[in-house]
Amino acid sequence: MVINNPVIYAVNPQTLAADWPGGFWWHWVLFALVTIIVVILMVMGYIYIARRQIGRMQSRVGPNRTGPFGLLQPIADVLKVLLKESITPDAVDRPVYWLAPIVGLVPVFVVFAVMPFTDGGMLANLNVGILYVVAISSISTIGMFMAGWGSSNKYSLISAMRVVAAVVSYEFPVLLSIASILLLSGSLSLNDIVLAQDIPFILLQPLSFIIFFIAGLAEISRAPFDLLEADQEIVAGFHIEYSGIKFALFYLVEYGEAFLLSCLITTIFLAGWRGPILPEWLWFILKSLIVWFVMVWLWATMPRVRIDQLMALAWKFLLPLAIINLIVTAIQVLTLPQDSLWIMIPVNFAITAVLILFWSKKFFKLGWGRVEV
Amino acid sequence: MAIRTEPFVMNMGPVHPSTHGVYRMRLTLDGEVIIDIEPVVGYLHRGIEKLAEERTWTGVIPLTDRLDYISSMSNNLAYVLAVEKLAGIEVPERADYLRVIMAELQRISNHLVAVGSFFNDSGAYYTPFLQMYREREKIVDLFEMVCGQRLTYNYMRIGGVSQDVPDEFIPALYKLLDQLPSAIDTFDTFLKENEILLARAKGVGILPPDMAINSGVTGPVLRGSGVAWDLRKADPYSIYDRFEFDIPTGEAGDSYDRYRIRIEEMRQSLRILNQAVRQLPSGPVKADVPHLIRPPVGDAYAHIEAPKGELGFYVVSDNSISPYRCHIRPTSLLNLAALREMAIGWKIADLVLIFGSIDICLGEVDR
Amino acid sequence: MKFERYGLGMAKGLSVTLRYFFRSPSVTQYPEQRLHTSRRIRGNELVWDRQKCTGCCTCAKSCPQGVIEIVTSTNMVNNKYEVEKYRVDTGYCIQCGLCVESCPYGALFFSNAYECSKYRRSELIQDKEDMMLESGKKQPSGYFYPEIAAELPRQTLLVEKIIEED
Repeated sequence: MVINNPVIYAVNPQTLAADWPGGFWWHWVLFALVTIIVVILMVMGYIYIARRQIGRMQSRVGPNRTGPFGLLQPIADVLKVLLKESITPDAVDRPVYWLAPIVGLVPVFVVFAVMPFTDGGMLANLNVGILYVVAISSISTIGMFMAGWGSSNKYSLISAMRVVAAVVSYEFPVLLSIASILLLSGSLSLNDIVLAQDIPFILLQPLSFIIFFIAGLAEISRAPFDLLEADQEIVAGFHIEYSGIKFALFYLVEYGEAFLLSCLITTIFLAGWRGPILPEWLWFILKSLIVWFVMVWLWATMPRVRIDQLMALAWKFLLPLAIINLIVTAIQVLTLPQDSLWIMIPVNFAITAVLILFWSKKFFKLGWGRVEV
Repeated sequence: MAIRTEPFVMNMGPVHPSTHGVYRMRLTLDGEVIIDIEPVVGYLHRGIEKLAEERTWTGVIPLTDRLDYISSMSNNLAYVLAVEKLAGIEVPERADYLRVIMAELQRISNHLVAVGSFFNDSGAYYTPFLQMYREREKIVDLFEMVCGQRLTYNYMRIGGVSQDVPDEFIPALYKLLDQLPSAIDTFDTFLKENEILLARAKGVGILPPDMAINSGVTGPVLRGSGVAWDLRKADPYSIYDRFEFDIPTGEAGDSYDRYRIRIEEMRQSLRILNQAVRQLPSGPVKADVPHLIRPPVGDAYAHIEAPKGELGFYVVSDNSISPYRCHIRPTSLLNLAALREMAIGWKIADLVLIFGSIDICLGEVDR
Repeated sequence: MKFERYGLGMAKGLSVTLRYFFRSPSVTQYPEQRLHTSRRIRGNELVWDRQKCTGCCTCAKSCPQGVIEIVTSTNMVNNKYEVEKYRVDTGYCIQCGLCVESCPYGALFFSNAYECSKYRRSELIQDKEDMMLESGKKQPSGYFYPEIAAELPRQTLLVEKIIEED
C-alpha cells in the first residue's frame, strides 16, 4: 500500500482495498465504471417510470409496445437518438458548441462518487461530501450556458440567460437549508449524515425540506420551474440546435440531475439506506423512487411560473425563510439536550406552518406586473 | 444605476409549438419584455372566397367546414342562414331545433379545446388538455353518429339539415348531459384556484372595454372586458329567443376572466341543450329546396355567435348556380387586432398565454 | 400578485391527478382492439351499383371537387345508358357526401372501410370494376341509406363505455 501518494490522503482509508488484486487503481477503475453504469441504468429506469406514470395520470397507458410492458422503450430511445444525424448550423461558435454537452454531463457523473448507496458503499467517502456535491453540480450550468451561447439562435440565448439567473439565485436557499441539516448531523460527509438520522431529518426539519425541494426543482429545471427549456415558449431552450448524440447527452444531463436530486433528498432527509428488513441499497433505490414519483406527480399537474416570478420566489420567499430556519435550528441545537431532539418535531412543524402562512400573505409579491414601454 | 440595453427583433415563426397554427409574429424585445409586435399572416391562405365562386351554392358548404376547423357546424350554420335570408326560404321547426342542438354541442366542444390549449400553453404538461379531449370525444362520437365524420361535418343544408338523427342519438345525448356537468366540475377543481395559474393569468393582458369595442373584437374576448354583448340575445337568429340562458361577463378583462367565461359558457350551453332536447318536435328536417338552387339577384349578410366570436357571411347572387361573391367576416383575424395592445409590456411567457386566451384558429384568419 | 390560499389550490389539483392515476385508462389498443365506427361513416372509397345506375351524371355534377369521371355511350341497355367508364379519384375526394346524397336512383354508396391507405398515389383512383356493389368485396355504409345502416353493428360510444365512478 502506497502511503506517500497524496491522492490517498484525501480518502478515508477504510474504503481502500488493501488486498485487491492490482492495488488501489484497479479497484478505483472498476468501481468508477460500476457507478457510471448504475447511474445510466437508473436514469433509463427513471425515464421509463416517468412516462408510464404520466400516462396513467392522463388516463392513458404509457409506452407498452417495445418489449413486455414497454420495458425496452428507453433502450429504443437511446438507439434512435444515437443513430440520428447531428446537424450543426453554420454560424455556431464551434469549440463552445462542441464542448457544451461534455461540460454539462461530466459533473453529473462525478458527483455520484460520494453518494452512499449502502453503509460506506461509495466511491470516495469524502469528509467534505455535501460541499463537493453542491460545488461540482453547479458546473453543469456552465455547460448549458455554453450551449445557449454557442448555437447562434436567439431562443437559446434567452434560455441560457434564464438558466444562469435561476441557478445562481437558487444556490443560496440550497446552501442555507443544508446548513441547518449540518447543525444537526455535525459532519459534511454524506454517510455520516445518514448515520446521524435516528429520526429522519424530514421530521426534524420540515421547513428545510420544503426549501431544499423547491430550490432543487428550480435548479434542475423540472416542473413547475421548467421554463428554462419550456416547450411552449422558447421551443426547447438551450438545446434547440442539438440533435443526435449531443442531444442525447443533454437529455442524460437533465434526467441525471433529477436522479441526483432524488438521491440527495433520500440521503439528507429520508435517512438514506437505513431500513429494517430489506438490503440497504434496495431501501436507497426505493426511497429515491418515491421522491421521483412526487416529482413526476408535480410535473403532470402544475403549470409553470414565469422568470421574474421564479426570481421573486428565490429572493423574497425562500432565502429569508432559510435564514430564519437556520437561526431557529441553531437555537434549538444549543438549548435542547442530545437525546430529546424529538421535541423539535412539533415545534418545527408549528414554526413551518406559521412562517409559510405569514410570509405568503404579508411580505410577498410574486413578480412584476406590466412594464411601461 | 441603469444598465444600458438594446432591443432586438426575434421571430416567433410560423412553425412554433404554441402559435395555434402557422401564425408569425416579429417581436421586438428588450431582454424579455415585449416592446412591439408585428404580425405576419397568410401562411394558410387557400383562397376559399375565390373557390366559392366556382362551386354551386350547396357545394360551398364543404368549403365552409374548413374555415374554422374546430367548430365546423357553426360555420355551416352561418353560411346557410345567409343563403336562406337571400332566397327567402323557411326552415321547418325540427330542423331549427336540430341546428341549435348541434351548434351548442359544437360550442362546448370548441371551448374544451380552447381551455385545454390554454392550460397547455401555461405549462401543465398535457394533463388537463388530455382530460378535456376525453370529454370532447363523447361529443364528437355523437356527431359521428349523425353525419359520419368527426371533424368536417357538412351537415347543414340550405333549407334545413341534411338528414335526421338516428334513433340512438337522443338517449346518448341524455347520457352525455348527465355526465358533462360533473366533468366540468372536475376541471374546475383541477386548475381554477391553482396559485401558479393565478399568478400567471390574473391581471395579465388586460383589455379595457372601450378599446375592446373600438378594435372590433367579439365573443368571449369582448365579454371578458365587461361588455355584455352576445348575438344570441342582441340579434336572435334561428330560434334562440325561445330558450333561457345567461351571458357570463368578466370584470377585469384579463386572461383569467376569459378562461372563466369559457367554462361558464359551457354550463350555459348545457342549459340550452337541456331545454332544446326536451322541446324537440317531429316533422321534416329539410325544406323542399332543389339541389342546384338559384337564389334571386341581391345580397344578404347573416351573422351568428360562433364559439370564437361573431362569424358573418356576406353573399351576393346573380341568379346563377354559383355565388357571385361570398365574403367571410373572420372572427379570429379581427380578434387579433387587440393583441398588440394587450401584450405590450409583458414578457414572452405572457404573450403565449394571452395569445392562447384569445383562442384563434388559423383557418379563419387566413381563409 | 400575492401568494394566496397558501397552496391549497395546488393541493386540489394534485389530488385530482392522483385520482386519475388509480383509475383505469380509457385506451383502445389498436390494432388488436377496434371500436365500431358510426353506421353512417363516410368512408374513403365509393361503392357503385351497376344495375341501378342510368348514367345521368348527377353525382359528377354535384361533386365540388370534380373527382368523378363518367363516360357513357349511346348503346341503350334496358332503356339506360351504357356506362363505359366510371372513375373516381379518391385522392382528391373530400368525403363530403354530396354525390351520394344527390343520386336520384340510389346507385352510389359510401364504403364502410376506413383503412384504405395505398403506397402509390395512382392506386387511389378507383375504376369501375373494383367499385361495384355486386362483387361483394365492399361493404357500403349507411350514409343516406337507413336500411343498410340498420344491419351494421352499433357504434361504440364513449358515453356508454366508461362509467365514471366519482
